[in-house]
Amino acid sequence: MSEVKQDKTKQGSVQTTGHAWDGDIQEFNNPLPRWWLWGFYATTLFAVLYWVFYPAWPVGDSYTKGVFNNITYKVGGKEVTTHWNTRALLMKDLQEGEEAVKQRKYMSGLMAASYEKIVSDPKMMQFTRSVGKILFEDNCAACHGMGGAGVAGLFPNLVDDDWLWGGSLKTIQATIESGRRGYMPGFKKTFNDAQMNDVVEYVMSLSGKQVDEDMAKRGGVLFNGQGGGCYYCHTSKGTGMASVGSANLTDSIWTVAKVSSQKTPETKRKVIRDVISSGISREMPMWKARLSEAEIKVLTVYVHELGGGK
Amino acid sequence: MKFKHESIEINAGLLIALTLIVVSIGGLVEIVPLFFINETVEQVKKADGTDAIRPYSPLESYGRDIYVREGCFLCHSQMIRPFRDEHLRYGHYSLAAESQYDHPFQWGSKRTGPDLARVGRKYSNEWHTQHLLKPRSVMPDSIMPNYPWLMKNTLDYSDVVARMKAQKTVGVPYSETDEEYDLNVKRFGKDIADRLDINYAENILLKQAEQGNYDGDKTRLTEMDALVAYLQVLGTMVDFKGYKEGYFSEFR
Repeated sequence: MSEVKQDKTKQGSVQTTGHAWDGDIQEFNNPLPRWWLWGFYATTLFAVLYWVFYPAWPVGDSYTKGVFNNITYKVGGKEVTTHWNTRALLMKDLQEGEEAVKQRKYMSGLMAASYEKIVSDPKMMQFTRSVGKILFEDNCAACHGMGGAGVAGLFPNLVDDDWLWGGSLKTIQATIESGRRGYMPGFKKTFNDAQMNDVVEYVMSLSGKQVDEDMAKRGGVLFNGQGGGCYYCHTSKGTGMASVGSANLTDSIWTVAKVSSQKTPETKRKVIRDVISSGISREMPMWKARLSEAEIKVLTVYVHELGGGK
Repeated sequence: MKFKHESIEINAGLLIALTLIVVSIGGLVEIVPLFFINETVEQVKKADGTDAIRPYSPLESYGRDIYVREGCFLCHSQMIRPFRDEHLRYGHYSLAAESQYDHPFQWGSKRTGPDLARVGRKYSNEWHTQHLLKPRSVMPDSIMPNYPWLMKNTLDYSDVVARMKAQKTVGVPYSETDEEYDLNVKRFGKDIADRLDINYAENILLKQAEQGNYDGDKTRLTEMDALVAYLQVLGTMVDFKGYKEGYFSEFR
């Protein structure tokens, strides 16, 4: 190869630029390849046409808006025509795009229907499940997990039939719309060590665990008396109240203290003691500012169906 | 004398100067006019006529610095583009006005993780704290690193005044004099103007941390407090329900 090239220059059959470095290093002056040249002309032409049809050149405090390329979308039933821009394009896509129109048809069907109707209509449920899954994964899964199982001790499990704030469609909708604030005060200043141990024992006894009867008895007095006042929220039977989001302590389903994953009775007691002494402050964000009414309705049905909706 | 290209090629200084001019034309043509075009930054007013977008409070501003320090922008963008799929997943597209007080802006160009432009108030403070400490404890398939030191490091806010002054120099309307404060009251309302006063920077910062209790530990002011305060304000300043449909597309 190199020999061939050398020969060419020697014979002077190729035009050079006329420069010479170090005496004999020369530069070819080949014409640009034809395909490249035509590509160049074509892109130049494209740019000029683009300037005409799309927003392009700044002029003072404004810019050329492009012609023959207007977008028409609707605002409150009235048509608005504007020059080409991606925001108007999105508006149009959301209003008239094939997918958007299709989805809106289903969504408005859901909005018009009662919960009973949606749950009993297989077609509506099919739509709710597929849209609900996406909405759940985009918005809820960060806390409650992809499948809704939550994170023990931190974020409630939605696939069982144990509900802190109520598991009916109505209460689920209210929870999603306005959010919830779960609060239990810490009792480390209220109870001394012995009293704390008694209350822990009583809480264990509520779900039928083996406990020291005497301690549990004393704990029960604190739980159901002015000493602790636990019954204000958890009720005197310990079954909890959905109106304040207090946990049912009698069903062996632990929503805050990670009791189930503890191996020994001592560690089980410890995690309960931790919760009683430090209290709880948890928040479910509100979604009505972020999601549409229809989306919340879909999610309500989806969550209700995940596990044990009531 | 006939012009020869060779005279440029053999003069290094001239070659550099002319190259710089040619290279900068793209930037000059595309960027500079944006400073003069009226519609570049949208007019975003609340119903009472005050500005919807406000500068970051001192605590949020520290959070933003930590966000930059930890390189969050390498994996998270803060720019929702006007496309249908992004609209459905993240919400309303980002406005230029929403990053007008960002120096530098955090738009980013890579989404290894999700976009964060509207992450504010989407999740609870407890979630953010837990997720920053151990992302996989809430998102099992996450590849985000753990940031345990955020909870260990006490927030060093000793240079809060200097930082706000630096921001002010580049155009963020924090107030130092009474006149500037009065202007802010007119522009943002009294409640917000009170939080932009450099003279009370330290008090404002401590008060927000105390009231917000972002990291769940009331006894200490940590870097976690600042970062969560920043994350919780992202994309929350504009209430899009207050504007008629299509209002923001008039600015393009």
